[in-house]
Amino acid sequence: MVQDLIVASGVEVAYGGKRRLNGERVGGVKVLHGVDVRIGRGETVGIVGESGSGKTTLGRALLRLIDIDAGKIVFDGRDISRLPERNMRPLRRRMQMIFQDPVTSLNPRHTVRRILVEPLLFHHVAQDGADAERRVRGFFDRVALPLSCLDRTPHELSGGQRQRVGIARAALLEPDFVLADEIVSGLDVSTQAQALNLLKTLTRDLGLAMAFISHDLSVIRAVCDRVYVMQLGQVVEEGRCDEVFAAPKSRYTRLLIDAIPLPEIDPGWLDRDVAPELD
Amino acid sequence: MTAPILSIRRLSAVSELGDAQPILRNVSLDLEAGETLGLVGESGAGKSTIVKALLGVLPRTVTITQGEILFEGRDLRTMPRSKTRAIFGDAIALVPQDPMTALNPGRRIEAQLTDGLWLRRGVTASAARKRALELLAEVHIREPERVLRSYPHQLSGGMRQRILIAAAFALEPRIIVADEPTTALDVTVQKQILRLIRQMQEAHRTAVIFVTHDLGVVAQICDRVILLFAGAVIESGPTSDILSAPRHAYTRALIAAGPRYDRPDAGLTPVPEALVAELRLEVAGTGR
Repeated sequence: MVQDLIVASGVEVAYGGKRRLNGERVGGVKVLHGVDVRIGRGETVGIVGESGSGKTTLGRALLRLIDIDAGKIVFDGRDISRLPERNMRPLRRRMQMIFQDPVTSLNPRHTVRRILVEPLLFHHVAQDGADAERRVRGFFDRVALPLSCLDRTPHELSGGQRQRVGIARAALLEPDFVLADEIVSGLDVSTQAQALNLLKTLTRDLGLAMAFISHDLSVIRAVCDRVYVMQLGQVVEEGRCDEVFAAPKSRYTRLLIDAIPLPEIDPGWLDRDVAPELD
Repeated sequence: MTAPILSIRRLSAVSELGDAQPILRNVSLDLEAGETLGLVGESGAGKSTIVKALLGVLPRTVTITQGEILFEGRDLRTMPRSKTRAIFGDAIALVPQDPMTALNPGRRIEAQLTDGLWLRRGVTASAARKRALELLAEVHIREPERVLRSYPHQLSGGMRQRILIAAAFALEPRIIVADEPTTALDVTVQKQILRLIRQMQEAHRTAVIFVTHDLGVVAQICDRVILLFAGAVIESGPTSDILSAPRHAYTRALIAAGPRYDRPDAGLTPVPEALVAELRLEVAGTGR
């Protein structure tokens, strides 16, 4: 049995509305209706759902990037649900995020060197500038980036290279947990395959736990150990990927799997039943 | 066999921007009436350049250096503007990629659906409205009256894409160019939209050029496929042949790169860099 790293139970999040003096929310739209998620050490967990299912909100709540209205989030045995930011700080290094769009998540005026070295110094992972530089250089091979990229700015890199800089920035801090939110959705299949393979190797070699958010079940199947299927702010199914994909229990999961077109001729596919109108 | 409705002959183009490499190299393709042709390739393959050329919206920085674009036998490149007006956006219509940005956020759906009808067909406002309602019904939109009064932000992505499909078919085009029309949508909605495009195409006998990078989508909707790399045609043929017995190593590599939920151990093999380098050399000589 894997040891739990993150245990979230009964998580509720609402947006909008007003707050009373005691912090209680009045009105607003509830987007998470009591979600339970466990992520074990070194485990890669997929969170899949369509737009509006709350998967991004859940991811952000796990990192305490947004506050939760109800429920509890325990990180490495410590309840962080209502921890003030001052006390969150030391934990921030241990929980990192890889962003969907590497163009907007990397400072366009900083060199790749600065983007990677600064967090190492900020979080006191490296003792000094020379140590940070050494760590960054040592890592470049692993993420298949040429050293010549160090002095370039993000716009001088290819899409795949930018994405790998984002991955390197997160992994260099030696976190216990990374959140990857739709990180391959804009990439060509070949670049996507490279990024996914890299993530698989890194999580294995560094013993990283990862929450991998995606709308694409094929990608989830390729990289995740377990999966949570979300619909309208609730988890409708969870389980080991091999089991969920072989025999989905929820009708919604079945629907999502059947809606994926496979690259082989299947004359009846288009006419087979599709989702009821969700408009 | 009848003459193809669209025939691109040895089309080459260069861009003034970047490294002055050709962006299209000797591209030839035929589109038969009523068929769906898949245009497939990674970014930089030249898919959008072909789309823009077919709709007459190539940027000034792109120059066509040779070749012909024959629509019903007449070359669109040499045709005067007065004639192409009846073709670009009319006989050849576009279903755009992103339903979130393709509609004007400040105008009601009714205005956007009827523009073409009165500007290009001169129908009266009430006749245009009637036709718009018919079109919305045809793309399975419930409450078409309400939708006509709506602004785009009041509708979901799937509904907006249906409206764009309705708009594309409004002028009874001969050819629909669908530029990655489902990449921004959820999979279940994608399936509905693919099915809708197929239904509309059969009902109107329209030919479709379907641009996509998703070989799964290609398999389900395209009769034939053209695979592009760096502006050159790498392989073309019936979809079943391309997918089940690809001749070119690049086609095989692309198929092997995509993850598959039904075969977790297959897929995720990036296109080998050596193959990409080899292909670049192979196409470098063409289209100059």
